[in-house]
Amino acid sequence: MTYRPQKPPLPETPEQLRARIPGWGVDLDPADRPAVPQEVFDPGRYGARWEFPERQPELTPRERSIEHAFLTPVFGTVCPPKGLSGVVRRYAYRRFSEGRAAHWLLLVAADRIDVLESTAASYASRQPDNPVAETGVRAELTHHGIRSRVGRGRADVKHVWMDPVVVAGPWVAAGAGLAVGASAVLRRVGRRGT
Amino acid sequence: MVYRGPYRVRVEEKDRPRIEHPNDAIVRVTLAAICGSDLHLYHGLMPDTRVGMTFGHEFIGVVEEVGGSVQSLKPGDRVMVPFNISCGSCFYCARGMLANCHNVNPNATAVGGIYGYSHTTGGYDGGQAEFVRVPFADVGPTVIPDWMHDEDAVLLTDATATGYFGAQLGEIRQGDVVVVFGAGPVGLVAAQSAWLMGAGRVIVVDHLDYRLEKARTFAHAETVNFTEHDDVVVHLKRTTDHLGADVAIDAVGAEADGNLRQHVAAAKLKLQGGSAVALNWAIDSVRKGATISVMGAYGPIPNSVKFGDAMNKGLTLRMNQCPVARQWPRLFEHVRNGYLRPRDLVTHRIPLEHIAEGYHIFSSKLDECIKPLVVPNAA
Repeated sequence: MTYRPQKPPLPETPEQLRARIPGWGVDLDPADRPAVPQEVFDPGRYGARWEFPERQPELTPRERSIEHAFLTPVFGTVCPPKGLSGVVRRYAYRRFSEGRAAHWLLLVAADRIDVLESTAASYASRQPDNPVAETGVRAELTHHGIRSRVGRGRADVKHVWMDPVVVAGPWVAAGAGLAVGASAVLRRVGRRGT
Repeated sequence: MVYRGPYRVRVEEKDRPRIEHPNDAIVRVTLAAICGSDLHLYHGLMPDTRVGMTFGHEFIGVVEEVGGSVQSLKPGDRVMVPFNISCGSCFYCARGMLANCHNVNPNATAVGGIYGYSHTTGGYDGGQAEFVRVPFADVGPTVIPDWMHDEDAVLLTDATATGYFGAQLGEIRQGDVVVVFGAGPVGLVAAQSAWLMGAGRVIVVDHLDYRLEKARTFAHAETVNFTEHDDVVVHLKRTTDHLGADVAIDAVGAEADGNLRQHVAAAKLKLQGGSAVALNWAIDSVRKGATISVMGAYGPIPNSVKFGDAMNKGLTLRMNQCPVARQWPRLFEHVRNGYLRPRDLVTHRIPLEHIAEGYHIFSSKLDECIKPLVVPNAA
């Protein structure tokens, strides 16, 4: 009991646990746990034959955290920044460290711009987006969408209605913005014509 | 597969990856998995997730091509690839912190390199694809032992290694009471691993009955469905004689349910780096002086975490991404001896061409999904 020195008794003895659970206690000794302690200085143990790796060529300018002293010797090259979202991403990396909220909020904003830009661009490509198919929502029909949720007391069912809003919301907002802008332009053109 | 925006993925033809560094390899993927942390990307929660990215940091395959300096692998080798990309020689790798490599991620210093994640982990395509570029082929990947099942191998590249690592970070001692928040694949393995380290009781908390059933059968654990209790912290105190657990493991991370305000602020509005419900329950439900291991993934934007309680209770909070390759030799023994059974977690095998449905099934927890694998066309 908490209010006295002894720890509360356990329901099973070590012998009972060993009999019931395969492998109970085989890693009881911390020496058998592979990442204990966390830091063990042993350069070369993991296959490196270099003290500093050969540098990967930087074929196009690569954005990097300003907390790094230089571009890391190896880096990913997929999906380089592009369009307006790319401008925002490059600014976020160039101007703000990882310690600044602005860095992350700009990257989140760039992600949303990227979605709008990329989806719009897809309609001029050979593989236009199919927003419904891409959500995989068809699985609701083939994998027990209703039975998986109803009567199961799932906590997430309370907010599942928000998911379509999260998916469609930016498009509705962008459409409304375009409609408002277009109607303002039309009104202005109409006034000039009279 | 490629990401097209929140809740949207599709199959697309991309250029085949090429050798970009002398220690690169190109691997033809034979089996991949969708991880719970892929869902954070899928839901648009992680900053700098770019349209066109290929997700997937759990994969195995066959080496197609190697760069000029690669010595440990050759074309034709069947390999398993850790989710971490590690140079093997930086300050951190030299000390065994293979998940914290400083030479592979120009986009951030706070996190190492990871395949198929947001660009904050380096901008590398992932393994939910036919081919993938594997940097530092001499450091990360290893040849799959002949005796090992492919489904065990693919789950050792993250979920199993991370679950075991979560228990390891808990610094479990004989007779400890261990509470695991989250009965997903990582939580289930963490619960199983807690026994290997001598736990006296293991209690798993979740809201999905079918996963709690798995916790009882797969991980031999006691279970708590938090939706059945007005206050799960009080319930956990009562079940531990009002002391609280000695160790708690957060295997939920950024999209935890159980508090609508936290969930909406984090998962829907993206106003914080994650819903800290499970972490706060862990802080409140353990005993004073306890250890909390954080395995759940959170984003870089600040979170509403109860550090005041953690300080007042004298808690030790331990956390890191798992250094997968460092865990492997011991985990291979455990799989071979039957102490860990990764492939028992697999519930779905999704053809790559049906990846959109696969993500929806896993995200929406349809069809009692626990762990979906992805089978590429090229396999």
